[in-house]
Amino acid sequence: MHSSTSWLARPFRERATQLFLGILLASLATVTLLNLALPAGHPLHVSTYTVTLLGKYLSYALLAVAVDLVWGYLGILSLGHGAFFALGGYAMGMYLMRQIGDRGTYGDPVLPDFMVFLDWDSLPWYWLGFDMAWFAFLMVLLAPGLLALVFGFLAFRSRVTGVYLSIITQALTFALMLAFFRNEMGFGGNNGLTDFKELLGFDLRSDATRLGLFLATGIALALGYVLCRAIVASKLGRVSVATRDAEARTRFLGYRVERFQLFIFVVSAMLAGVAGALYVPQVGIINPSEFSPIFSIEIVLWVALGGRATLYGAVIGAILVNYAKTVFTGVMPDAWLFALGGLFVLVTVLLPKGIAGLLAYRVNPQRSARKPDDPSTSPREVSA
Amino acid sequence: MTISPCLRRMLVLFLLAWLPLAASAQDDDGQQLLQSLDAASFTQMGEAIEAIITSGDERSRGWLEALLDGKLQRHKETGRFVVVLENRGRDWPVADALTGEAIGEMSRRDLDRLGINNALRGQLQSALAVLDLHVPETRDRREAARALLGDVDASLVEPLEAVIRVEEDAEVRRLLEQGLAIHRLEQGSLEAVASLQGSLNNRVRAALNSAARSDDPALAEAASVALADIEQQMKLNRGLETLYFGLSLGSVLVLAAIGLAITFGVMGVINMAHGELIMLGAYTTWAMQQLLPGQPGLAMVLSIPAGFLVAALAGIAIERGVIQFLKGRPLETLLATFGVSLILQQLVRTVISPLNRTVVTPEWMSGSIMINEGLSLTLNRLYVLGFALVVFAGLMLVMRRTRLGLEVRAVTQNRAMARSMGIRATRVDIMTFALGSGVAGLAGVALSQLTNVGPNLGQNYIIDSFMVVVFGGVGNLWGTLVAGLSLGVINQVLEPWAGAVLAKILVLVFIILFIQKRPRGLFPQKGRAAEG
Repeated sequence: MHSSTSWLARPFRERATQLFLGILLASLATVTLLNLALPAGHPLHVSTYTVTLLGKYLSYALLAVAVDLVWGYLGILSLGHGAFFALGGYAMGMYLMRQIGDRGTYGDPVLPDFMVFLDWDSLPWYWLGFDMAWFAFLMVLLAPGLLALVFGFLAFRSRVTGVYLSIITQALTFALMLAFFRNEMGFGGNNGLTDFKELLGFDLRSDATRLGLFLATGIALALGYVLCRAIVASKLGRVSVATRDAEARTRFLGYRVERFQLFIFVVSAMLAGVAGALYVPQVGIINPSEFSPIFSIEIVLWVALGGRATLYGAVIGAILVNYAKTVFTGVMPDAWLFALGGLFVLVTVLLPKGIAGLLAYRVNPQRSARKPDDPSTSPREVSA
Repeated sequence: MTISPCLRRMLVLFLLAWLPLAASAQDDDGQQLLQSLDAASFTQMGEAIEAIITSGDERSRGWLEALLDGKLQRHKETGRFVVVLENRGRDWPVADALTGEAIGEMSRRDLDRLGINNALRGQLQSALAVLDLHVPETRDRREAARALLGDVDASLVEPLEAVIRVEEDAEVRRLLEQGLAIHRLEQGSLEAVASLQGSLNNRVRAALNSAARSDDPALAEAASVALADIEQQMKLNRGLETLYFGLSLGSVLVLAAIGLAITFGVMGVINMAHGELIMLGAYTTWAMQQLLPGQPGLAMVLSIPAGFLVAALAGIAIERGVIQFLKGRPLETLLATFGVSLILQQLVRTVISPLNRTVVTPEWMSGSIMINEGLSLTLNRLYVLGFALVVFAGLMLVMRRTRLGLEVRAVTQNRAMARSMGIRATRVDIMTFALGSGVAGLAGVALSQLTNVGPNLGQNYIIDSFMVVVFGGVGNLWGTLVAGLSLGVINQVLEPWAGAVLAKILVLVFIILFIQKRPRGLFPQKGRAAEG
């Protein structure tokens, strides 16, 4: 028996992980250097705006890794991961709201502006505690985690899988979106939470804080990646891949499949929550549109484009699609939905293994053809 | 009276100005009638008014109204009778009382007002009210009778009773009797309560309410009993109304979901672009109306086959272009068709407009049917409800009684076996998908009558449609019907106390929980097909 940390150390011995971490950390260092060391007019200078944009991409990448964990390795196509992301974001947003204190438009020392506007005279109970950073950060994990626990427990126990699960996860995030749009919910309704001032005492508008947030997101991505890699490479990960490929057979072999599914689902939801919490201070707003089913399904596209069941593919896909989105919406906004829609069709029809599949084919054509965790040829999906 | 007398007068003057009133004999009569108004005593004036009423002259109502308002005046020098159009300033614009033609301005000093007293005023008011009850249109008479409810006073009792004796329309008689009963109730008559029983009219309820507070204990008792009765009836009405709205919403859900029940339920294909096929159907209706301006009814009828065709063709394109390559990979199909839905939405935004388009409701579809005074059903919803049932029946027929239906069921149950029996499975796939898509187009045609036609139309229905299919049981058309209608009703029942949004959330949560309990829906498939 190895020590208890060995499963967590294992990913560091994998070449792919080493490569991924190397590239990621080197990119983080380069961006930091180009931002700090070069003067603003220099052609290679990376502006703080770009740094924040990259930070946003990285938080999306972490979200994509979370989705890949459940879709790629567990076979659960969640169309509701945006909900976990948004819940983490709201937890962070609530903390940031409380940090505003009496600097809001109405100057109320306790109540956020929108509550004053709605004539509320006290904080609702679920806002209590969010003035403390540790509590808010705990809720970033617990809020999506608990939702995933309850939802997953109910779903996996009754063996709701496949397309049905996809559709009810979509209904879940749709219901939450409708709920958060309501002013009575106490989360700012339509406008959401915004106008943040500072995080842990750091001014959110200062360049240094923005760079710090970017780095924090990059490090969170690295840690999340290692965690997922560790889970996937562990014995538990093997069971989950077996579940993905042949759920009934795994059950007959004596594994309590629903427990594995539930564990991975909850971990993935928490990772999505962390991604949301890192996203909010960088973009400066969280509103119910993050719950929209379209956003959730877009995340799946990032993973599909990058390549399922590779983790690094999810990161590539998230960054590529969002970069394309930034470019498109800037240059020709009308064309973006055409491009996105076309991407959905092309990736699924022509590129079922995504970019990672192409890369693997380039590196080693023979091995990639009979890779064991290749989801696109899994027997369960063929029979479904 | 509810119709403003001013408005009515204007209308009458307008009519008078246009009607050729050339017959000079009539003018002589008119002059005589007016002359008699200018009497020495109010008693004689009252007789003159009576004479005008019984004369049947079509100008009489204008005269009486002018007289009531003090605007019927006589030119001192010529003795000509004029109707003052506006009594402001020194010179008043006037119209000839006989011809109705405007004849310029006259100084107020040259005019003599035909004054009346309170008794005459009462006589005039009731006379005018009764005059409305003599118009030829039954609908106008009903309207006039309804307007009288609660406004009947002692002076009107006798003329109204006379009207009731000669009135042919039962509804007018009933309304007038109710009006009289309200008057009698106000006088403290106990029998009046009985004749007001069961009426849902607001004025009746107001009268009963005040009677329930009267000093006469017997009357108060009877009135409150009658009120409780009416309350009961209203409750029933509200229940029926909720049911109607629920069924209406349900029929929309059924229409939106039934096509999905075929593509998803029977073929196992997840078509996320289903909502956009609905949208295409709705836009077809709009386009049809643009092609046939001024004939919304014909356009509506034509857009039923057109909407089916457009959506079916789009469906075939999706099947051939995307879905056939993804056979057996439902999750990938879901993603690819979602991409198609984005493209279709943006296409509509770019080609037509990102804004909502207006679809005109044909005349025979607008308005409502009045069941009783507290309950009326809007016609367009009734049509959509009927349309949904017809579409459902048609689909059932296709699936149960035609060769295509047989082949579809065969391919669904065992593709390889069906193929070896000589069924061209690919062709069946295309036909099935076209059928499901075409039905989505029909849903769009119906929806264009109930909601805004815009690029987001489909998006709003896709999740609901999937919910209906999953709730009803995949692969079961009856399940879709039951699920759609019951979800619609549940939604409407929840709405009054939870609000529209919360009701929707509650329904979604309910379905999510229901799926946990019965993963295969209300009517699960049994046997081999269930394992597919």
